Amino acid sequence: MSGFFTLVGRDLRLAVRQGGALGTALGFYLVVVAMLPLGLGADLKLLSRIAPGILWIALLLSALLSLGRVFESDYEDGSLDVLTTGPLPLELVTAAKALAHWISTSVPLALLAPVLGILLNLELVAYPALVATMIIGTPAVSFLGAIGAALTLTARRGGLLIALLVLPLYVPTLIFGIAAISAMLGPDDVAPPLLILTAISLGAIVLGPLAAAAALRTQMQ
Amino acid sequence: MLLIAENLVLSRGGRTVIDGLSLRLSNGEALLLTGANGAGKTTLLRALAGFLPPAFGEIRIENENDDRELGELCHFVGHLDGIKPHLTAMENLAFWGAYLNGDSSGNGGDRLTRALNKFGLAALADVPAGFLSAGQKRRLALSRLAAAHRPLWLFDEPTALLDAASLTLLIDAVNAHRADGGLVIAATHLPLAFKNAKEVRLGPKEKAA
Repeated sequence: MSGFFTLVGRDLRLAVRQGGALGTALGFYLVVVAMLPLGLGADLKLLSRIAPGILWIALLLSALLSLGRVFESDYEDGSLDVLTTGPLPLELVTAAKALAHWISTSVPLALLAPVLGILLNLELVAYPALVATMIIGTPAVSFLGAIGAALTLTARRGGLLIALLVLPLYVPTLIFGIAAISAMLGPDDVAPPLLILTAISLGAIVLGPLAAAAALRTQMQ
Repeated sequence: MLLIAENLVLSRGGRTVIDGLSLRLSNGEALLLTGANGAGKTTLLRALAGFLPPAFGEIRIENENDDRELGELCHFVGHLDGIKPHLTAMENLAFWGAYLNGDSSGNGGDRLTRALNKFGLAALADVPAGFLSAGQKRRLALSRLAAAHRPLWLFDEPTALLDAASLTLLIDAVNAHRADGGLVIAATHLPLAFKNAKEVRLGPKEKAA
């Protein structure tokens, strides 16, 4: 199991050294959210009502941007071959890489969301709910995204294909993420949507690496 | 340890590349795979490393008190080096050492330094690998061999990019590994000065080794 954390540690160190992937994702998130009020007009009531949805959708799109790199650089420089010969099963290799993606990209995006909430006149009471649902929901984003990244590994222009493959898988996360935020703001009970959101993430953490490893095996021959 | 391949049939993209090859390699033996471009040298190496399941036949290891799979018993040094340009030479090697040994305690420092010394990279330990030349990167990839112990070494064109002095370092390492009971299989175009190496010429007619 120590190989698992060695791999997570290396990926995080690379993410810090390279910096580009996280900067691009955060910058994209900022630009998309900043452009919406320009397109929709300065109707503060409207913006405040649609803010949670916009912040969630823009987060999913920003996370997609960096997903292509999850396996690509290791595949291109031959590291993936050597990783396969390690003591770690390929399922745990994909899990480690998805976990590193979650820590290095999804969590920073979730932490940036409240700052962007200011741009959209998000109600103050909604801030804790927003960050909580995003932290709970984003493991699904990274672990399901790893499936798309693995499937499109050898495809040219794989980035667009990832979006087509993976965005539909994010629909349940999006629905229950938004539902949890609305529940916290309204009279409804928060627990059901939040528990379902947690269940989706836990399911993704188990199934994502298995599917991604199967996809990698077929592509590495 | 005994490496046995029987009636191996390997296909890539629906085309049979290797048809009915049998191999037998025991402690301390080396095998050179030769043959024209496209004869299936790389395909065979990838099958031996466990990346490519055989269409027919089997590859197995007979090894007392060790039931690890083939992939976990081999070092695979292919065309690509598996080096991250943003990490220093030492960090690259330290990662592979810790990962391949399944040990993150970080107390393999001596071993890593010796591995770098072995391939003449000691002076470059703290240089980001992105600044190394192609030949130096190749040597860094080879130093993995010394950073983690694996009984079977698989090489795909190991001499490409290496100068004469580095080639001597590689041959010394291989000889020491074989003296230690290790197995070596190398695909090559150029004659490699491995002592008493068997040779299999891949092509239309495969001979058994």
